[in-house]
Amino acid sequence: MSGRRTISRWLVFVIALHLLVIFAGFFAPYDPAEQDRKNPYLPPMRLHLVDHQGHFHARPFAYGVKLREGSFDQYEEDRTETFPLKFLVRGASYRFLGLVPSRLHLFGTETDRIYLLGSDSYGRDQLSRFLYGGRVSVFAGLLGASVTLLLGLCVGLAAGYYGGWRDDLLMRLAELFLALPWLYLLFALRAFLPLAVGPLEAFFLIIVVLGIVGWARPARLVRGVVLSAKERDFVRAARGFGAADGYLLRRHILPETSSVLLTQATMLVPQFILAEMTLSFLGLGVPEPVPSWGNLLSSLQQYSVLVSYWWMYLPALIMLPFFLGYLGLGSELQERAEPYKIGR
Amino acid sequence: MRPARANCSSRRIVWILLFTVAALVALPMAASPPRKSSKEELLVLPGEIGRSGGRLVVALRSEPKTLNPLTSVDIPSREVIGTMQADLVHINRATQLTEPALAKSWKISPDGLRYTLVLRRGLKFSDGYPLDADDVLFTFRVYLDEKVHASQRPFLIIDGKPISLRKVDAQTLVFQLAKPYAVEERLFDGLAILPRHLLEKPYEEGKIAQLGALTTPPNQWAGLGPFRLKEYVAGQRLVLERNPFYWKTDTKGNRLPYLDELVFLFVPNADAQVLRFQSGETDVISSTGAENFSVLSRDKKDYTMVDAGPGLEYNFLFFNLNDLGEKTSADLLQKQKWFREVKFRQAVSVAIDREAIVRLVYQGRGAPLWGLVTPGDRRWQDEKLPHPPRSLERARALFKEAGFSWTTASNGESTLLDSTGKPVEFSIITQSSSAERSKMAALMQDDLKQLGIRVQLVQLESRSLADRVTQTKEYDACVLGVFSSDADPNADVDVWLSSGRLHLWNPSQTHPATPWEAEIDRLFNAQMYARTFEERKKLYDRMQEILWDNQPMIFLASPDILTGARKSVGNFRPAVLQPYVLWNVEQLYLENDAVNASR
Repeated sequence: MSGRRTISRWLVFVIALHLLVIFAGFFAPYDPAEQDRKNPYLPPMRLHLVDHQGHFHARPFAYGVKLREGSFDQYEEDRTETFPLKFLVRGASYRFLGLVPSRLHLFGTETDRIYLLGSDSYGRDQLSRFLYGGRVSVFAGLLGASVTLLLGLCVGLAAGYYGGWRDDLLMRLAELFLALPWLYLLFALRAFLPLAVGPLEAFFLIIVVLGIVGWARPARLVRGVVLSAKERDFVRAARGFGAADGYLLRRHILPETSSVLLTQATMLVPQFILAEMTLSFLGLGVPEPVPSWGNLLSSLQQYSVLVSYWWMYLPALIMLPFFLGYLGLGSELQERAEPYKIGR
Repeated sequence: MRPARANCSSRRIVWILLFTVAALVALPMAASPPRKSSKEELLVLPGEIGRSGGRLVVALRSEPKTLNPLTSVDIPSREVIGTMQADLVHINRATQLTEPALAKSWKISPDGLRYTLVLRRGLKFSDGYPLDADDVLFTFRVYLDEKVHASQRPFLIIDGKPISLRKVDAQTLVFQLAKPYAVEERLFDGLAILPRHLLEKPYEEGKIAQLGALTTPPNQWAGLGPFRLKEYVAGQRLVLERNPFYWKTDTKGNRLPYLDELVFLFVPNADAQVLRFQSGETDVISSTGAENFSVLSRDKKDYTMVDAGPGLEYNFLFFNLNDLGEKTSADLLQKQKWFREVKFRQAVSVAIDREAIVRLVYQGRGAPLWGLVTPGDRRWQDEKLPHPPRSLERARALFKEAGFSWTTASNGESTLLDSTGKPVEFSIITQSSSAERSKMAALMQDDLKQLGIRVQLVQLESRSLADRVTQTKEYDACVLGVFSSDADPNADVDVWLSSGRLHLWNPSQTHPATPWEAEIDRLFNAQMYARTFEERKKLYDRMQEILWDNQPMIFLASPDILTGARKSVGNFRPAVLQPYVLWNVEQLYLENDAVNASR
């Protein structure tokens, strides 16, 4: 069963990445909203083991930085200052798992701040913003995908099982939804919202809207599965013995859809993460100062940022493993489903 | 790396304006058609002597809506019209002082009620038709006609009565005012003199406001500016050519302008403008953002970037102080109780880190503001205005005096509470098109968080923001900016009078809502009709102090005017008044042929 082993490997990989984001408070060295106004657009600091005099240090350290005279964003290493990297230090307060208040961080320095992924235009730590932002984006992806799948499953089951005019109606509705210019819909929605929508409400709103808008595709897939499943011999037999609709759906048809739903989920989650990023990129997402992956990338819209600060691309680069993990998992699941000839 | 900042005073060249006399004819003349006759009284401009020919390409943010000075309101239209039209008396954008233009001289009667203007002799429109006093009479008749709805009309109504004028002879006009007017001859700046021979018929038919579309055939449009219409390509460019009848020369007697063609390219966004400039498609760039300015300064190849110093744009935060009816949500009415508390506004003001705004938003290329007069406007600065540094202690003390208090949550975060125990939180709206103002709001959000105030940021599209501020009035606070058109208080009459449409915190009031607004109205009106600068300054200073005490607008910062030009562009002297780069377009020239050959 080599397929099964690859699946579990992918699964471990994806879960590990999620733990990183879920425990962002612990892994991130700083509060993602904290501004360090003296250090805007600071490039990533390099960790050293050997200092400029050639001495070896067992503990990695970074040199201090200072602004070049008369410039706004040109820094140079200040070798008179060193910041040894400490592990399990106490720093900004956060809530462990959203419940337990804590101050413990995986790493940090005792004195000045250390920027492993550089800082943004307000001097906020990009690494912390990436990890906390992942919390928003990945959670949005997961929740959006579940709303979509749940809605798609219900509609697909109903359309496929009952057939006839109900099927026609639901499928035409699905086509309508597929044809909706949903981006403009969201723009319109934003204009009608009350002004004081807090970061959290805005976040949930995005998820719900995204989920609701996306139901059509999974619904069509589920309908296909249901259509073929309900004509199978064991389903006909069960019906012949007088099984009720609810029993048939629950007992015989729903299990048939599971592999389709699983592969759909692995494809939808990254899609929803990307959608959240698109929205935040366009300023429709989570408002400042709450980070999300879309917010992190939106500064790249500016030409000056694009050509001046290369580290602003880094978040895009380290998002890749997330997508890779999901897609790898998805293709393995699909392969496993193939022998049963169910699904697409 | 910061290029030497163009210091206003050191750059300020004292312009000596020579009025042409017959002696000039004796000077050797370059081969610039047509030769001037002894009857022409041309204006001689001092400055570098340039060479004739070439075309200058400039980017515009959007297509100008019109070429008609009567109906233009958008900046691109004004910029284009500025190069095609001329006024009687002009404000020199570098010195910020008036100088003769179509009128070679003017006299103001001792009682300040009668202005006598003498026109230059031999003036011709860009189509060769001569100009005389009748054209000026016609122009002002159109401006003052209520049916035309000219945007210039409000400036010509003094103390409720329109200016009247009469012709003395073909060259001399007398303007009669109802009351002495403090701006004096500055009044005439920007009032384009219209060609009667082209516009009189449409005016009588009531069609004058519809004229001036960009598609107008070039031979049906004329002005007195350095350039005239040549070609318009929809969505791409507007091409102007030199006006051979222009009335200025350089000190060697060469007729201006130097350039053969002036091309306006329509480039919709700021980043695209930078790319066009970098790639050599445009020759000058005016008012870039600080970030793009530093990108351009860093890898400058064949262009010079000039920081002309703080301009006249002032950015500010204001709270919703409108008197709202019953229909408004109880939430907003509750918040307005805080906003109306002057100590609340003062505390917010003192809690804002203006230095950080200048550094992080403008990369240091700007000036922090405590009043509405920017450092770009030296004459009107109030030296007595306090410039207190940011102080959270002072802010806390002010909140405490106003009855606010704090609670501390278990995680150490404190929250500001009002006297009824409600947590203080509000939203700030900004234009999504202005990254700078949104960034200011994000910095203030962090500043105020340290005082336990929760601020939400909302970016709105410009139009829906304007709608909320002036129509529906559903907002808590807003960050906006005003560009003054002139370094004179009267330019912003609509902002400061309580009846003004841009009296943003509470626009278009029928009666001043507060005693201090009534006092501002009184001071502003008084300075408008005061006779001496000292008197006006005293009144205006007092007004600035009242604004400071009451903080209806919390002034934040003013950006520098950042410009650049290809090294081959001569006489490039950007000013802090609009149009920053093209104000001396008649003197701009291209140094070598290589630039033109490559096009």
